[in-house]
Amino acid sequence: MSRQKILSRPEFTSPAHRIRKLRKLREKLVELVLFLAAASSVFVTLAIVWILVSESLPFFQNVPLKLFLTDTEWTPLFDNPRYGILPLLSGTLLSTAIALVVAIPLGTITAAFLSEYIRPRYREVLKPILEMLAAVPTVVYGYFALLFVTPLLQNIFPSIQGFNILSAGLVIGVMIIPYVSSLSEDAMRAVPNHLREASVAMGANQFQTTFRVVIPSAFSGLTSAYILAISRALGETMVVAVAAGNQPNLTMDPTQPAATITAFIVQVSQGDLPHGSIGYQSIYVAGLTLFVITLIFNILGLWIRQRFQEKE
Amino acid sequence: METVNTSALRAEVKNLSFSYDTKKVLNAVSLPVYEKKITALIGPSGCGKTTLLRCFNRMHDLYSQAKYNGEIVLYPEAKNILASDIDPMEVRMRIGMVFQKPNPFPKTIYENVAYGLRVRGIRKKTFIDERVEESLKSAGLWSEVKDRLHTAATSMSGGQQQRLCIARALATEPEILLLDEPTSALDPISTGHIEELITELKKEVTILIVTHNLHQAARCSDSTAFMYLGDLIEYGPSEVLFTNPKDQRTENYITGRFG
Repeated sequence: MSRQKILSRPEFTSPAHRIRKLRKLREKLVELVLFLAAASSVFVTLAIVWILVSESLPFFQNVPLKLFLTDTEWTPLFDNPRYGILPLLSGTLLSTAIALVVAIPLGTITAAFLSEYIRPRYREVLKPILEMLAAVPTVVYGYFALLFVTPLLQNIFPSIQGFNILSAGLVIGVMIIPYVSSLSEDAMRAVPNHLREASVAMGANQFQTTFRVVIPSAFSGLTSAYILAISRALGETMVVAVAAGNQPNLTMDPTQPAATITAFIVQVSQGDLPHGSIGYQSIYVAGLTLFVITLIFNILGLWIRQRFQEKE
Repeated sequence: METVNTSALRAEVKNLSFSYDTKKVLNAVSLPVYEKKITALIGPSGCGKTTLLRCFNRMHDLYSQAKYNGEIVLYPEAKNILASDIDPMEVRMRIGMVFQKPNPFPKTIYENVAYGLRVRGIRKKTFIDERVEESLKSAGLWSEVKDRLHTAATSMSGGQQQRLCIARALATEPEILLLDEPTSALDPISTGHIEELITELKKEVTILIVTHNLHQAARCSDSTAFMYLGDLIEYGPSEVLFTNPKDQRTENYITGRFG
């Protein structure tokens, strides 16, 4: 029988068959829509990377990469411009480090409390309150750092400058506690109960069970939480722009004013730089640098997670 | 109830009732546990045998809806371990437990066995080394793992993991070892290993075992208690209970008519 003949048989031309074909088409359509939705964020990321790279390339035609990475001054808008990223890098890493020193211990301990100690009834009340910390606009945190935390620090250490990276870092740390605690709590609650029972049955108390069994078992999830916190701290803009003084300053002294990559971008984009000028391109270069740092931390986190994952 | 043997009484359950939330799980259960003997708890699912076992190390204290009534007296001090003034952690330091599903910690083999010693604040390395080796030997695992003590415990097979859990429980030299269906998640060969091990361990420790496997109970245990719907129906020497049960329900269960 020829193909034509087979296809003209009633089971292939009947309405039922056509409905089936239509249904298949609809399935395909749904799949396509879902794919597009999923692809959109990937596409936006790729577009951002492309713009950052394409706008940065001309910059590096004027400024050698080596100079960019080693020069100790960042003054792209001066008459005698210098393009060393180190001062911005030091400001960024310093404020992030201070923030993490606050957020990781406090966030992890908060998570342990919420996951292992508190009664569920109270947890439901406490969690939203804690998460409100993340709902406060960052500019509010910025002025909180400048007008409350800095004077407080000045009472203790009179030598601290009015603008300093310490108070900005501390406030970012408080701000990102909910990022750490929320994800860490999820990770700890996902630890199977039979591990807690095994620990308790060995005569361990709740503290030992939490810190020797639950937290190590939640390691991979905790790493994710910390990486998110790092990314969040690296990218934080308003707090440092308001409270840290915005002076590119190659220093590891947190009592000094400094600028971060993000703060520089804000500062410069408020001015009116001619499009295509090297100062204009420096914004993109700064953005690209930040992107690379964040990427490095993310890859590092992925590597740590794979390396030390709970071997199941 | 007839005396199983001449061995000393190690623990005695006296009129123990237990409820979870509003559900009654145990009704006035009484049961003797003899020194260095194996006592098996059998019965259909939901009869309360695991619940009874978990009363011995006060595991139910982890869950606030649990309520005890009655006593479990631990000898030779004749102390009621369910009394509210007794610290459940002290009970658990003396009574070890192995669970139904192998549950090693995501740590190394060595650290799993050392865990009980570490939570007791023991720091001396030579002592811990010694106990780890002895316990792994008692659990019949030493020759298999002695060259990889510092690799992840979770990379072992299920049967090995369960023997590791037994070693972990033995490391602190418990007075009573509770086994909650220790072979139900294992294949027949691993089950054989564990059963041999249990019979061997009787020399060192008093054992209370919950099992669904009647052959296992008949093979391994010295005395057996049959439970049904929260009641202890019959208790006696295993060879008597399995060959000549007194209660009709026991007979029905061991001959496979229900359960």
